[in-house]
Amino acid sequence: MQYGRAFAGLFLRDLYVLRRELFPFVIRVCMNPLLFLFVFTFIMPHMSGGAAMNPTAQMAGANFSTVLLPGLMAVAIMFSGIAAVALPLAQEFGITREIDDRVMCPLPVAAVALEKVCFSAMQSVIAAAVVFPLAYYIPATPVHAHVSSWPYLIVILVLASLTSGALGLTIGTSVKPQQIGLIFGVVVMPITFLGCVYYPWAALYPIRWLQIGVLINPIVYMSEGLRSALTPTLPHMSPLLILVMLVFFLVLLTWLGIKGFLRRVIG
Amino acid sequence: MIVELEGLQKVYDGKQRVVAVDGIDLVVHEGELYGLLGPNGAGKTTTISICTTRALPTAGKVRIAGIDVVAAPSMARRCIGVVPQYNTLDRSCTIYENIYFHCLFFGFSRADAKRRTDQLLAQFHLTERADAYPAQLSGGLAQRVQIARAIAHHPKVLFLDEPSAGLDPQSRIAMWEAVRGLREEGITVVLTTHYMEEADELCDRVAIIDHGKILVEDTPAALKGSVGAQRVYELDLRSRENIPKLVQELQQKSGVASAEVTAKGVRILAEGTEGLLSEVVHTANPYGLRDLTITETSLETVFIHLTGRDLRE
Repeated sequence: MQYGRAFAGLFLRDLYVLRRELFPFVIRVCMNPLLFLFVFTFIMPHMSGGAAMNPTAQMAGANFSTVLLPGLMAVAIMFSGIAAVALPLAQEFGITREIDDRVMCPLPVAAVALEKVCFSAMQSVIAAAVVFPLAYYIPATPVHAHVSSWPYLIVILVLASLTSGALGLTIGTSVKPQQIGLIFGVVVMPITFLGCVYYPWAALYPIRWLQIGVLINPIVYMSEGLRSALTPTLPHMSPLLILVMLVFFLVLLTWLGIKGFLRRVIG
Repeated sequence: MIVELEGLQKVYDGKQRVVAVDGIDLVVHEGELYGLLGPNGAGKTTTISICTTRALPTAGKVRIAGIDVVAAPSMARRCIGVVPQYNTLDRSCTIYENIYFHCLFFGFSRADAKRRTDQLLAQFHLTERADAYPAQLSGGLAQRVQIARAIAHHPKVLFLDEPSAGLDPQSRIAMWEAVRGLREEGITVVLTTHYMEEADELCDRVAIIDHGKILVEDTPAALKGSVGAQRVYELDLRSRENIPKLVQELQQKSGVASAEVTAKGVRILAEGTEGLLSEVVHTANPYGLRDLTITETSLETVFIHLTGRDLRE
């Protein structure tokens, strides 16, 4: 009861602050998918010879907009995890030490970290939902989305969002606050570009070493999961494997993140 | 007994092994204003961090209102209010929200939280600044908000870590007033400081702490009395030659409790004997007396007496 109220209080505080910073939040959530869709699925198809420049134009039976929809949703989910957890944590651990007061709440310290993950997951779900209308209206060629199982989509969405929050927690607690800027180059960019965001995993078959190498990247399971739930016409991994791997990464990253959090706040 | 420390020890293992707290035992009674006085690096902040569940002890026990802070940190936190050294106000929230959300964290209903926040803002003369953000406040005001927030959930004990660090003299006096006001509410206060005036002025009892150990603990008056002198004469001498001889001569004078060599010359702890000053000047003149300062014995004297060092060294 005491823990529940404290947790709710923390969540309410975060909601309050988010509501005040709604405009930056909307920009943050919209900009990446908006520009991506605009350039690759609107501008390029309109250019003469654009089809040749379209990276996956030859992909069997699919257009690039359809490939991008789940991928961009995965990126939106992952970016939200970084922006909602890793960046604020780096600031709070570093200069301001604001986290100290929240750590003094009457609930276990690990729960303060879990609250961050949950709140970030909420933002991730919103960010993913924003991609949907954008991907529907912007591309020149229509997106072939088909949801055969809503519960499966929701499970994937929630799991992916929590995993990205846990990833943000792990990054935010393991990186020195002064080096948080480097994170974009060292972690965020590689896991995005090698996260089967802009191509289905199955399409990596000709580059076998890469196809196996990317399996350690949690983003792969987020984008493949959304692909299997939203655009099942494209090749995708087996749903069972995706669920198992998402749960595995969620547990692993949450464990690492909480360990790092405790190490940072308890002397 | 509201705060009990038993054989508390904290060792930081690393490249350099640091023993920050080295076996501290102390007891604070309900309603007391208790001070930990010591130089920077004496282990005061570490002790407070352990008491407030922010650090784990290497050995020993801390009980707050009977609750073991290591075994049940979440329970203990309900009894504790903390004002850390640095400003930990939530930068994204207004002053009002800082206190309001703190109340919610501690299980207040929204109506109760609102009532408590309004009351605290009035009590600490912050009502006008309720909608300001922490970044817009001066150090003194921010400190007051932190104290108001720390006691919002009616803790039994308030821990203040170096409450006057970085405050201007005026804000410091305002802060002292606020702390004295807390005692009327029945809150026990434990504070750390390296300002002897602060410990002397505010605290019922003071523990002088150095290198992680408590050297002595008593009321400020009793501590000052323990030196056995009312005045401190600091002699500034031109040359350091023959100082031991001068010390010997001075020690034989009636009214001189003790005399010792310092970096600049000689320090004399004296009882308030009449005519001693002129005798001291007379004796010291041949040794090149440049200057002489006289101070009342303070907690600083006690510290110097115990360690041979200045508090600020």
